[in-house]
Amino acid sequence: MNKTVNQKAWFLVLPVLVLVAFSAVIPLMTVVNYSVQDTFGQNVFFWNGIMWFEEMLNSERMWNALGRQVVFSAIILAIEVPLGVFVALNMPKKGFWASFCLVVMSLPLLIPWNVVGTIWQIFGRVDIGLLGYTLDAIGIDYNYTQGFFAAWTTVIVMDVWHWTSLVALLAYAGLQSIPDAYYQAAKIDQASRWAVFRYIELPKMMGVLMIAILLRFMDSFMIYTEPFVVTGGGPGNATTFLSIDLVKMALGQFDLGPAAAFSLMYFLVILAISWVFYTVMVNLDKREGR
Amino acid sequence: MAKITLDNLAHSYLPNPGSEDDFALKELNHDWNDGEAYALLGSSGCGKSTLLNIISGLLRPSHGRVLFDGQDVTDQATAERNIAQVFQFPVVYDTMSVRDNLAFPLRNRGLPADEIRKRVQKVGAMIGMEAELNRKARGLTADAKQKISLGRGMVREDVNALLFDEPLTVIDPHMKWELRTQLKKLHQDFGHTMIYVTHDQTEALTFADKVVVMYDGRVVQIGTPQELFERPAHTFVGYFIGSPGMNVFDAQLSGAEARIGDTVVPLPGTYAATTGKVQLGVRPEFTRLSAGGEGLPVTIRRIEDVGRHKILRLDWQGQEVNALLPEGTPVPAGADRITFDPEGINLYENDWRISPQGRREAA
Repeated sequence: MNKTVNQKAWFLVLPVLVLVAFSAVIPLMTVVNYSVQDTFGQNVFFWNGIMWFEEMLNSERMWNALGRQVVFSAIILAIEVPLGVFVALNMPKKGFWASFCLVVMSLPLLIPWNVVGTIWQIFGRVDIGLLGYTLDAIGIDYNYTQGFFAAWTTVIVMDVWHWTSLVALLAYAGLQSIPDAYYQAAKIDQASRWAVFRYIELPKMMGVLMIAILLRFMDSFMIYTEPFVVTGGGPGNATTFLSIDLVKMALGQFDLGPAAAFSLMYFLVILAISWVFYTVMVNLDKREGR
Repeated sequence: MAKITLDNLAHSYLPNPGSEDDFALKELNHDWNDGEAYALLGSSGCGKSTLLNIISGLLRPSHGRVLFDGQDVTDQATAERNIAQVFQFPVVYDTMSVRDNLAFPLRNRGLPADEIRKRVQKVGAMIGMEAELNRKARGLTADAKQKISLGRGMVREDVNALLFDEPLTVIDPHMKWELRTQLKKLHQDFGHTMIYVTHDQTEALTFADKVVVMYDGRVVQIGTPQELFERPAHTFVGYFIGSPGMNVFDAQLSGAEARIGDTVVPLPGTYAATTGKVQLGVRPEFTRLSAGGEGLPVTIRRIEDVGRHKILRLDWQGQEVNALLPEGTPVPAGADRITFDPEGINLYENDWRISPQGRREAA
């Protein structure tokens, strides 16, 4: 077949280029622009080099927020992944109750972030919330607006309530793909329940679990709305995670330069960790296919 | 090792089975003798795997009992029955090495480590994977994986029975032959009761002392390969065993003769009058082709030369009829009639074989 040369075909790529430019490249470049400039107002900017980056890297405030963020994500993953797997293992495999469980499990996933925040904000209030009032009535000192421990607990329980379903559904999908013969063979081999989990279910779930961990890590590392609605980052800075701190800096204090430097580093951290996850996952697949 | 008794066994997957059609496995009484090798033969969906899973305890029968050496095990779990079973599709534990895979059933039983090492080495040699024992099972080819599954079944020496559910489907032909020989040798060495499910007649006939033929949830015949060939108890056995299968004609019976269409066929004996649907079955091996004279008028559709013999595909009033011609024998010129050797004729009433009342007197 003869190929005709027609450079006009490039125009077909143009819409994609424009879309990507406006949705990703230009906004990101604006941030880069802010991160290397300073202003004294009047819309007059001047070159500032990497001053903001240095300032941010030396800022105790950012390191504290990053520390809280890492601890938060670690706790979330440590609870949600095993819990999700446990739930998936105990869900019915077929029939009416399997569908019923699936619907119930997906409900929290359908609720918008700020609604979840509002639900828990009210649920946990000592004066009118069922949870707060009950805990208070049985003598537990619970007040998420004042207590450090209460605030963290509330935010973590809320996230677990909201997102464990996601892990459970993914793990459930992984479990459903295991042919019956594997369980039958395990029975024949007199394998214990633990051995069935360790040598059959876990290896078969590994692929989807990696996706679940990646999604939950990214989402929890970028969490903003729910803690903002419930605790507003308080008490003090106790639940001020990276996003909340960033918004405070950018919009609250209008420190555009440092905030821009901050968000670029934030972005790079997430990108780096996701890349590590991706590489691990691809290598897992490769081992599978060898 | 044990004698396995099926006592009034039947199984239905429906909660309230009504008619016979609701049963995947129809009522069955049978003893699997200790130390014999059986093949369970039948087409897909005839209840072979259901029967096997009931014996291994993966499925609880809805009716009847299963006994091992006279002891009722119907409600015992698979693990308590001490049975080895190999499935159609390979099951290996991906994250374990080949060695650990083979050792897994033994470790679960708490055998001493040096005993395990010895047996794994032996089974490894048996399935021809000695060199790969330390490799991870993940990523092996399907037939290598199936060899591991077979090995896991064979590694236990004290099992009550070894069950195979079409285990060689995914194995390539050359290896199939070798593994089947290994299984036979294993049977001779250890004398396990073995039940081998298959839909491949060659596999069944070469492997087993006794072949159990199932059709539509029912055991239609149990016998040696020769019995199945010469005296098929059901038209299905005639059709299923043999290549090509038995020719079956609708017939009218009168004493020592049968009438197929307008042709009278002499029978090997006198049969009592029956009320059911009568059919005459005769294998292609006993069907002779000739030119003119007596017999059913046929036309030749085509001739297939398969080496050892020729298969003649014939047409009788729109029905396909097969005949075999030994290699080297020419097709008679102008051949248009078939006759049957009386010894090769079996009569069926409603698909079940009926025996003659008495041998026909020599004329």
